[in-house]
Amino acid sequence: MPIDIPKDKWPGKIRTVTLGATAADGGSRATAVTVGGGMSLPYMHFENPTPNRPVVAIEIKDRKPEDWSQLLKKAWGDAMNDPASWAKAAEAAGADLVVLALSVNGADGKPNTAAAAVAAVKAVLAATGLPLVVLGPGQVDLDNELLVAVAEAAKGEKLALGICEDKNYRTIVATAMANGHLVTARAPMDVNLSKQLNILISDMGMPTDRILMDPTTGALGYGIEYGYSVMERLRLAALQGDSMTQFPMIVTPGFEAWKAKESKVGEGVPEAWGDWQERAVNWETLTSVALLESGADILVLRHPESVKRVRLAIDELMTA
Amino acid sequence: MALTGIQIYKLLPQTNCKECSYPTCLAFAMKLAAKQAELSACPYVTEEAKKQLAESSAPPIRLVTLKSAGGEVKAGNETVLFRHEKTFYNKPGLFIKVKASEGAAAIQARVAEIDAFKVGYVGIDLSVDGFAVEADGGDFAAAVKAVRAGTKRPLILVGKDVAVLDAGLAALAGEAPMVHGADASNWEAMTDLAKKHAASLVITGDNLETIADLTEKVKARGLEDIAIDLKAAGMGAHLGLSTQVRRLALKNFRSLGHPLVAFASGSGGRDAVYAAHAIAKYAGFVVLDRFAPELLYPLLVLRQNIYTDPQKPIQVQPGIYEINHPKAESPVLVTTNFSITYFSVANEVEGSGLPAWLLVCDAEGMSVLTAWAAGKFDAERIAKSVKGSDIAGKVAKKRLVLPGHVAVLSGELEAELPDWEIRVGPREAVDLPAFMKQAL
Repeated sequence: MPIDIPKDKWPGKIRTVTLGATAADGGSRATAVTVGGGMSLPYMHFENPTPNRPVVAIEIKDRKPEDWSQLLKKAWGDAMNDPASWAKAAEAAGADLVVLALSVNGADGKPNTAAAAVAAVKAVLAATGLPLVVLGPGQVDLDNELLVAVAEAAKGEKLALGICEDKNYRTIVATAMANGHLVTARAPMDVNLSKQLNILISDMGMPTDRILMDPTTGALGYGIEYGYSVMERLRLAALQGDSMTQFPMIVTPGFEAWKAKESKVGEGVPEAWGDWQERAVNWETLTSVALLESGADILVLRHPESVKRVRLAIDELMTA
Repeated sequence: MALTGIQIYKLLPQTNCKECSYPTCLAFAMKLAAKQAELSACPYVTEEAKKQLAESSAPPIRLVTLKSAGGEVKAGNETVLFRHEKTFYNKPGLFIKVKASEGAAAIQARVAEIDAFKVGYVGIDLSVDGFAVEADGGDFAAAVKAVRAGTKRPLILVGKDVAVLDAGLAALAGEAPMVHGADASNWEAMTDLAKKHAASLVITGDNLETIADLTEKVKARGLEDIAIDLKAAGMGAHLGLSTQVRRLALKNFRSLGHPLVAFASGSGGRDAVYAAHAIAKYAGFVVLDRFAPELLYPLLVLRQNIYTDPQKPIQVQPGIYEINHPKAESPVLVTTNFSITYFSVANEVEGSGLPAWLLVCDAEGMSVLTAWAAGKFDAERIAKSVKGSDIAGKVAKKRLVLPGHVAVLSGELEAELPDWEIRVGPREAVDLPAFMKQAL
């Protein structure tokens, strides 16, 4: 029997955002990454083509994070000792872009400095041709101090700087605007708070094709259902024409999943949890798959095996 | 599709007798449409109207139930495309597939081991829901008997040869198993087979029109319990087809109003990715090729998460929780009974390896800031939780750590609990381990 396939026609579309500037655009990146542009719910290829596939970022730190899981330390080995070799390893592991998360303290235990942050960013930019996201340590004054210096030192590279939150976004947005970078805007699992922050940032004059939103997701087993539904609602609002939700979404399944005990530790856990490494990779991968289905554009991961599997999931989802 | 209020109104007596307790028939019709009233409240409704309303209120996706001595697995009865619109109801059953060619003895041992698998998550014991047995050669009836000897859980029998499947189904008398799968070439024999054994039937295909034709033919032959296995070139194509089926079903296109079955296989993590996709997007039954606890556990958790009712956030029981074997000198950390808040805090403290007492206050299932703003998490309530528990008798050093977000409560709380030292902790759970190491 003939079937009239129900196709959604939406008035809105997701904005297209490009990270990283190649030589032609005044930067030094070998490649740029473009995300967004969707005109349908994720992977509804029978309605509209998906113009840009989701991308995978690998999170690295400016110095070896002692509190990361042993599994991650094993996976990256000595590369973790300096950000340049870690960035190279991330590129080799299949990253589309690199997220450099700056630490609160330097190796000497004293607060991180602008000079050290700039040195780390420059080393990473020299080591890889991938676009770069730079995140502050998450303390207002230090974030502003480090990110302003980084933004100026890497002027024109089209970095994405973060994390803008409602309590601290002005300085980061201002320096990103002045130096040709992007920003990531994070709100705590709430459609209206996300939208409000996007409005505040664009009201400062930030061009809307230079904003990424991070809805905060939670990990599998630790609240992913909230993040999942907030992302679906954000995407629906965007397609319905709500301009201030039409930004590509950057999500951090690596950070979320590796906080979970299921990934982080291998001892003193129930036997029914099975093999540690495989469980941890599944935790990160399945968190990512759920976020892909709900509309993620950039997934920030930590384990190289998860990167492989999430790329596989993206390849699969892109099949029409 | 369910009838609108106006459509229902036309079926009512339109006398405005008020005996249903609503002022007018139209008001009653609107309540019926919103599923906030029962038709039986109207004493004058005609049999014809009852029939029409019953048909229109039949669920758009048929409920299919597999039964055995070990329990039931249900799929269907879903009413929305997105969980935030209402909720998803029937969690997809997770089945593990075994092959007849493995041999009866090996099958029985493996199935018994998988059957015993049990893993705890937020106080719930999770396990696999059933098994699929594939007729890939060898003695199928013996294989089904071996599976039945290893488990009581419901079964799906997979094969193409009707005589072989018949022999397998004969071993499952008195149950409601599922048979996979019928297509255009064998649907008549498969339908008769399923009817004979009180089984539900899976129709397979890669084209919705063909599948819809087949479901109608099978129904005309007298079998209603049908599920659909969509064959697609990849996950994106599968998502497209699954979404189309769900959308059409919710528009009351009855020919596709059946639960979906998905098979997840492949190496290099592919099976995990497929299964997660199927759980998120509309599968009613998920069949895995292999059993591994490190795969089952996250999949079972994902299923719990996706099928949590968004309108009823999971709460944890208020009270004292012991983390890492606390002693008399360990600190007392305060938080709310919103599940995510609780699990974030408990997880961080547990991960830190440091012992602590966690005092979970009844904040009506809200997070710290939300509860504080709503007046459900104030000094009085916290003091009440402390006094209502036996925590004072368990600690020698009376130290209470407040979440940083409610630092403002510390003065009042000192007044409420004069013999306690009130400390202000970090705002976020993630900073608790460092705080506990340095400040406590």
